[in-house]
Amino acid sequence: MAKQKNIMELEDVVVKFVGDSGDGMQLTGTLFSDTAALAGNDLATFPDFPAEIRAPQNTVAGVSGYQVHLGQRKIFTSGDMCDVLVAMNPASLKANLKWAKPGATIIVDESTFEKKAIEKAGYKTSPLEDGSLNSYHLIKAPITVLTKESLSNVSIDKKLAEKTKNMFVLGMMYFLFQRNLDSTLDFILKKFSSKPEVVQANQTALKAGYNYAETVEAIASTIRVGPAPMGKGRYRNITGNIATAWGLLAAAERSGRPLFLGSYPITPATEILMELSKHKSLGAKVFQAEDEIAGICSAIGASFAGSMAVTTTSGPGLSLKSEALGLAVITELPLVIVNVQRAGPSTGMPTKSEQSDLLQALFGRNGEAPLIVIAASSPASCFYYAYMAAKYSMEHMTPVLLLTDGHMGFGSELFKIPKVADLPDINPPLAKPNDPDFKPYRRDPVTLARKWAVPGTEGLRHRIGGLEKTNIDGNVSTDPLNHELMVNIREDKVMRVANYIPEQEIYGEESGDLLVVGWGGTEGMLKSAVGQMQRAGQKISLAHFNYIMPLPKNTPDIFSGFKKIVVCELNKGQFVSYLRMTYPEFRYLQYNKVQGLPFHVKELTEVFTKFMEEK
Amino acid sequence: MLDKRIEKSPVQLTKEDFASDQMVKWCPGCGGHAILAAVENVFPKIGYRKENFTIVSGIGCSSRFPYYVNTFGFHGIHGRATPIASGVKIANPDQSVWIATGDGDSMAIGGNHFIHIIRRNIDVNILLFNNQIYGLTKGQYSPTTPIGKVTKTSPQGTIEHPFITAGLVMGAQGTFFARVPDNNVKLMTEVLYEAAKHDGTSVVEILENCIIFNDKAFSPLTSREKREENQLILKHGEPMIYGKERDMGIILKGTSLYAVRIGVGGITEKDILVHDQFSYDPGIHRMLGRMMGPDYPVAMGVIRSAKAPTYDDMVEEQIDNAKKSSSIKCVDDLLNSGDTWEI
Repeated sequence: MAKQKNIMELEDVVVKFVGDSGDGMQLTGTLFSDTAALAGNDLATFPDFPAEIRAPQNTVAGVSGYQVHLGQRKIFTSGDMCDVLVAMNPASLKANLKWAKPGATIIVDESTFEKKAIEKAGYKTSPLEDGSLNSYHLIKAPITVLTKESLSNVSIDKKLAEKTKNMFVLGMMYFLFQRNLDSTLDFILKKFSSKPEVVQANQTALKAGYNYAETVEAIASTIRVGPAPMGKGRYRNITGNIATAWGLLAAAERSGRPLFLGSYPITPATEILMELSKHKSLGAKVFQAEDEIAGICSAIGASFAGSMAVTTTSGPGLSLKSEALGLAVITELPLVIVNVQRAGPSTGMPTKSEQSDLLQALFGRNGEAPLIVIAASSPASCFYYAYMAAKYSMEHMTPVLLLTDGHMGFGSELFKIPKVADLPDINPPLAKPNDPDFKPYRRDPVTLARKWAVPGTEGLRHRIGGLEKTNIDGNVSTDPLNHELMVNIREDKVMRVANYIPEQEIYGEESGDLLVVGWGGTEGMLKSAVGQMQRAGQKISLAHFNYIMPLPKNTPDIFSGFKKIVVCELNKGQFVSYLRMTYPEFRYLQYNKVQGLPFHVKELTEVFTKFMEEK
Repeated sequence: MLDKRIEKSPVQLTKEDFASDQMVKWCPGCGGHAILAAVENVFPKIGYRKENFTIVSGIGCSSRFPYYVNTFGFHGIHGRATPIASGVKIANPDQSVWIATGDGDSMAIGGNHFIHIIRRNIDVNILLFNNQIYGLTKGQYSPTTPIGKVTKTSPQGTIEHPFITAGLVMGAQGTFFARVPDNNVKLMTEVLYEAAKHDGTSVVEILENCIIFNDKAFSPLTSREKREENQLILKHGEPMIYGKERDMGIILKGTSLYAVRIGVGGITEKDILVHDQFSYDPGIHRMLGRMMGPDYPVAMGVIRSAKAPTYDDMVEEQIDNAKKSSSIKCVDDLLNSGDTWEI
């Protein structure tokens, strides 16, 4: 009989799976997260992998990781440091030990700690032997060897048998967290349904891992994370990129305008293109263009032709699209541009996240070319903001730039599934056939949006383009006063969107010593840090922005309630520059980090404390 | 065949139905005027509803074209008429989509898009105004300017090998290529009609005189005195005969074409190649497209018109199939698909 183990009750736990690129860590992490979600935990995940598909084996460059933060309370972030680190080889341990909390539980595959691999990872001596891990709770398990042994009765080749070691370690983790194996067993059955021997191997390895963990002395206690109090409803786990794709599909359905995506593959945005390609049954037309420019230009053509047009990209791609963005601005056509930001400049660090495209989004075009800029702030929120981007774009006849980032795009969290009918209405201003008053640039007096006159509609033949046009008639014009009028109208049209977006919310009291300001993907970390300090009695609040251009109308009212304002961004200070320009009456402090990494709650609380103490 | 998907006009349209109220601002004597006349001739003849034509352009003299025809029109940015038009056609396959572009717009700045729209065989018609010069920017050499030509940016003559448009189009697996001189509106109208009938990307290269910056560039080919000697006007199913006396012809010997005189060296009319514009094999079409003086006439008319599935048809087919076979019929289905759970 297995020895009775102690149970550790925890409010939240951060787990990180790390291994070689080919070790299957992304799948392992995903399955672990799905099982946690089914057990009622709230969670947020973040995959962390190299740009190379298969970097050399056993090197630090080839380490792939998947972090999940789960809790019996609301989880805002994928976590700072981990409580449990699963390292499948020496290189992954080397690269990730710095992210483990003091005293963290570390599970390693002892079988991989051979002399060559240890040296390749950059260790002089084996960290399992030299005492360097004494301050952690180290669980050494010969995972590869045990996996192969457990499969001795399954007729499968050695290489394949070895590959199931990720299931073995997942089984160990399921024991550690006292999870049910059913959903993973079921997943394996479905995934490999055409290969019964692969099903058997993976399922056997999973169970063997569980049983091993139960028997082995090294695991003194199991961990219990109870279900989080969640609102009633149907839930799923979703990544930011999938949520973006689905939000766009929902907007197309609600608006009655078919979805057209013109896009070119680029990390970390490609997943949106791949996801939308799957949904032809919903009428989505997806055009994989020859380059970024053709991506946006085809979308502009589709928008002219009456589709809800979208182009998706990341920073360098947005640079290529700049000229065409100006064309969408001057032709006043709806268009959603999704920029899944990554660390730049140039190719930069494609798989690492940053918020450094904000100024490009706001100003990166020739001429006076204002457009709406919206930023999503968490994986699930991408659904809502993609939907709203499409709504404002069509209703106000203007391009909308939606900023997400790689962290959000690849990361996941639980998503309460909405009903499409409950989402806000979308009413595109379509011109009616034979409308005697139709002119290409005649406008709605309230929104200043022109009419969308779709080719094919009787009585609406007209020409538009990149040359400046006369207001109302839309004929080519270089008249100086007309140009100034049109520049002002285009700006005014975008600024009036402030009458439609929600007011800025504040997390915490409406006045206090310090207002933390953030935007986009840092919301979870900022909220966690501010929340911690609020519970400690500090007079600190958070204003986290999703609507960037235009800003919510009550922004200055919020700012005026605080003694100090600190703007926190993963860039050199782009939002703070924009705020200084827009509301120069306030004094802004700033905290910036440009490492391709998210903020950590601990560093934020330290920084906020310092700012609050400074005279 | 004309596109059955596109709605026909209930009444016979005329040239006037397509006349725009905008002043045509091309230079007097510009080849653009003839192209405009041919388009205004051919649109009523094609017979689609007037709301079912869209003209898209890039930048350059050619690209003012949409303003001069009363259809739906979109004046884009430099080089990008082809992707914009691709979006129009894919989004709205009920439109007959025409692109007005020039040699610089389509083969320099837009070269990438040009080869890809052709490769995909999207059902659009490209009017390629080739005047071998940059006109709107006032006289710099283009990708089709002959080597050695003195222009504003090549005071000692260009040192660039020009594109032969036909070679580029067929190299990109083009299914339709035609060439016409700007001073033969009748031929141009016929060719544009053939282009409209073709399913897929049709490229019509119009040798266009730029009276200001490259006057008479094509006159050895197009002048009244020389045109019959120097132009081979192709007709499907007819022998490739040309010349004032109709005594010159093209034969295939070994792997090359030769221009020969009928009656000399035992050549009879039977030896002359018969034009097959529909042949899928582009071999002869490529050779015809490359012919130039002094040893050859320049081939005019429809050189190639091969049948191949179009991108836009296949998009519709995939969507129809997906709608029939997928269990996901609406976004609610999608949101609730896969692993979900109730709390």
